[in-house]
Amino acid sequence: MPDTPPHRTLFTAKSLTKSFGEVRVLSNIDLQVNQGEVLALLGENGAGKSTLVKLIGGYETVSGGLLHLANEAGELRPLNSDTWKHATAEAQGVILIHQELNLAEQLNAVENIFLGNEIRRGPFLDKHRMLELTREYLSILDCDIDPLVPVAQLSVSVKQMIEIAKAYAKNSRLLILDEPTAVLTAKESEALFQLIDRLTEQGVAIVYISHKLDEIERIADRVVVLRDGELVGDYDAKTLTKDDMARLMVGRELTNLFPVATPPNATSEVVLELKKGAVPGLISNASFQLRAGEILGFAGLVGSGRTALMEAIIGLHQFSKSSELLIRGKSVSFSSLAAARDAGIAYLTKDRKGSGLLLGMSLPINFSLFSLHKFSNGLINTKKEQEAFSEAVDTFEIRLKDLSISAGNLSGGNQQKLLLAKVMAAEPSIIIVDEPTRGIDIGTKSQIYHFIANLAEKGHSIIMVSSDMMEVIGLSHRVAVMCRGQLVGILEGEQKQEHEIMRYAAGLESQLTQEGEKASA
Amino acid sequence: MPEIKITRSIDLKTAGPFVALIALFILGAFVNDAFLSSGNLSNILARSSFIGIVAIGATFVITAGGIDLSVGSMAAFISGCMILIMNSLMDKIESLPVLILIAIFASALIGAAAGCINGLLTTKAKIEAFIVTLGTMGIYRSLITYMADGGTLSLNFTVGDVYSEVYYGTLLGVPYPVWVFLCVAIIGYVLLNKTVFGRHCFAIGSNEKVALYSAIHVDRVKTMTYILQGICVSIATIIYVPRLGSASGQTGVLWELEAIAAVIIGGTMLKGGYGRIWGTVVGALILTLIGNILNLTDMISNYLNGAVQGIIVIAAVYLQRGAWRKRAPT
Repeated sequence: MPDTPPHRTLFTAKSLTKSFGEVRVLSNIDLQVNQGEVLALLGENGAGKSTLVKLIGGYETVSGGLLHLANEAGELRPLNSDTWKHATAEAQGVILIHQELNLAEQLNAVENIFLGNEIRRGPFLDKHRMLELTREYLSILDCDIDPLVPVAQLSVSVKQMIEIAKAYAKNSRLLILDEPTAVLTAKESEALFQLIDRLTEQGVAIVYISHKLDEIERIADRVVVLRDGELVGDYDAKTLTKDDMARLMVGRELTNLFPVATPPNATSEVVLELKKGAVPGLISNASFQLRAGEILGFAGLVGSGRTALMEAIIGLHQFSKSSELLIRGKSVSFSSLAAARDAGIAYLTKDRKGSGLLLGMSLPINFSLFSLHKFSNGLINTKKEQEAFSEAVDTFEIRLKDLSISAGNLSGGNQQKLLLAKVMAAEPSIIIVDEPTRGIDIGTKSQIYHFIANLAEKGHSIIMVSSDMMEVIGLSHRVAVMCRGQLVGILEGEQKQEHEIMRYAAGLESQLTQEGEKASA
Repeated sequence: MPEIKITRSIDLKTAGPFVALIALFILGAFVNDAFLSSGNLSNILARSSFIGIVAIGATFVITAGGIDLSVGSMAAFISGCMILIMNSLMDKIESLPVLILIAIFASALIGAAAGCINGLLTTKAKIEAFIVTLGTMGIYRSLITYMADGGTLSLNFTVGDVYSEVYYGTLLGVPYPVWVFLCVAIIGYVLLNKTVFGRHCFAIGSNEKVALYSAIHVDRVKTMTYILQGICVSIATIIYVPRLGSASGQTGVLWELEAIAAVIIGGTMLKGGYGRIWGTVVGALILTLIGNILNLTDMISNYLNGAVQGIIVIAAVYLQRGAWRKRAPT
C-alpha cells in the first residue's frame, strides 16, 4: 500500500508460547501487526500457523507470553490472556475466519451474516435493512447469489464468501484469514483480493495464511515465516521471490519437486478402460484407457464431474447401461466400494476430514479400516494390525512424537499420509487419488509426489484428479480434461500445457466429434 | 518406534460405572443386612438380566449411531406370540420340552425379523431410526393389546410348570437367566471389540461417510445391529415369559428407556462411535440395584425409583463429558 499513511501498530505478541500437554507447538513468537497491512503467515503444515492465529483470535488460550492490542486511541494495551476468548476478540474487532467453515447450514446468507449481530427495530428484526446490507456486501465480493436460500444449498466457495461478508459486516480491525482461497476459484479469489485491498485502505490489518505462493506475492506487504513452531524470519514481501518463500518454509532447497516417472510404453497392459462412461445427471460421456505404470492426470474446473466419474468407477454411482468398464480386459460393474477394492482399485478421497478419516479415533484404527479383512480371521489380529501400522509409519514418513493421539489432532500433511497409508494397506494395483495435496505444505507435497511416482515405477497405475495445474502437468504422463460431465480430451507431450488444458476445461476445445465419439487426435 | 496403543488406557471414564456399582453395593450393605443375602443377590442378578440382555443389543445399535425405541413393545409382542404358539400347539405336540423349544425358535425368528424390519426401514427407506422405531414401538404395543383383547394372555399351566424351570432353575447355585446374561455379554463383548463387524459399528457411528469410503457395507452392518437387537429382545423374552407366564399390554413398558439408560450409564456414547459392553452390563446392574436398595430402606419412598434412576443417568453422562475433554488439535 504505497500511499497509505505510516502504519500504526495494532497488535503485538511477545515471546508467545503454546503447549498442548507436553508438546510445545509454538515457542517464543514475537509478532507485530500494523494497521492497513497484509501480513502473510507462511509455513509448512504443522509449523504452528493455525495455532498462532487461534491464539490471536481467542480460540485457544496462551501458555506463555504477552499480547497487546491497540485501543481506539491507538495506544497498545495488554490483553488478559485468561479472558481473551473469541467473543471478546470479536467484540474488539479481531475476527478469525477458520479453515473449516462455520455457518448455520439451514439459515440463509442474511441470517448468517448477521448471526448474533442482528439489526433490530424495537424488539423486532429489521429484515429489510439486513437484506439491503447483505446485497451490498455480496456485490462488493462479486458474489451473485440469492441471499434468501439456505446456505446448505450453496457451493463451498459461495459459503466461504459469505463467511468473509460476515466478517466484513462486523467492522473488523484485524481480520485473520486461514487459507480462504483453498475452496475458491481464481475469479472468486480475485474478488476476495480486491476486498482485501479495500479493507487495508480503510486501515484494517489482515493476517493471511495460504500455501499458494503467488497469492502471497500478489497481496502481502510483509511475510512472516514459521518453521516447527518457531519464527524463522520477518521479511518485506517485496524483497522475496516465490522460490525464496518456499526455501524459507522448508528450510532446505527444493529441487525436483516433480519426480519423473518413466512413462509406460505402448505395449504396457491396459489395466482399466472406460467406454462411453455415463452416469445420469452427472456424467454424459467419458472414455479413456489407463495403462500399467501410468499416471493419468484429470484436470477440469470444479464441478466438471471428475470426482463423480471416479466415484462411479469404484461403485458409488451406477453407470448407465450403454457404458462399459473393463479391468484388464474384463467387463466389470462394481456394486460397492468393497467389490472395487477386492478387484484392486482404491480411491483416495479429496475430503480427508469429512470422508477420509475418523477424526476421533486412534491412528491404527484409521490405518486398518479400509483393509480390515486382511487383519482378521474371525477375530481381529491386533498384533498384526499394530505391526503393519508401525511399518506404514516408516514407509509413509508419518513424523510424530506421540503416536497415541487421535487422527483429528494430526496436521493436514500427516493426515494425508495416514490416508495414503490406509488406502495402500489394501495393496491396490490401480490407485485413484483425488486432490492428493490440497491444503498441504510444499514439503509434504513433494513427499507425496515422490511416493506417487514411485508407485508408478513399480507398475501401479494412478489416476490423479487435481485442480493444481502445476502438479497435473508436472507429475502426469497424460492429462485428461473434463468439462460439464464430458471427458473432452486427453493431452500428452507438447499439448500438455497450462493454456491448452484451460481451453479444454473451459469448453473452447474438444476432441469429441458430433456423434460424441472420440476423434483421432 | 514408540509403543502404539490401539485400545484406550484405563481411565476415570472406563472405571466410573464400576466405581458407582461398588459404591451402591456398599451402600446397600449398610442400609439393610438382608441386602447381602444370597437370595437377594441372585434376585438382583436375575432381574437385571432382562434389561441387561436387551441393553447389550442396544449397545450395538447405539454404537453404530442408531437408536431402537421399539424393544419394550417388541418384547411384549414376542411374549404374546410365544404364549399363543404354545397354547395352540399343546394338543398337537405331546412332548412339552419340544413344544417349548418350538416357541423359543419362533421367538428368535420373530425377534430377528422385527429387527430386520427396523434395520431395512432405516437403511433402505432412509427414515431416521428414531421415527422408524417410534412407529414400530406403537405397532407392537398395539398388536399385543389386540392379541390379548385388552386383557392378559396366560400360558397354559401344564406348559408353564415345565417352562418355569428356565427362570427359576439354577446351575451351581446361580439362576439360569444370570448364566444367559453372562453368555450374551461375553459374546457381545467379543463381537463388538474383537471382530471386523464390531470395528465397523464403531466406524459407522463415528462417521458414516468415512465408513462408506472405507469400503464398509454401511447398510448391511447397520441392519445387522437391529437384527442383533431383535435377537437380544427375543432372548430376554425367552427367560421372561416363564417368570410370570403371561403377557399383556403392560408387558415390557419402558424397557426401551431402561435399556438405553443402562447403555448410557455404561459409558457408550449416545451419538455413536464408542460403545462398551461391560459398561452396559454394569449399567443394567446399577439400575436394578437402585430399585432393590429403595425397596430395602424406608429413607426414600420406592415410588421415587424412577427419579433416582433419572438422576443417576444424568449424573453419569455429566461425569463422562468432563472426562471426554479431548486434547486440543495442534
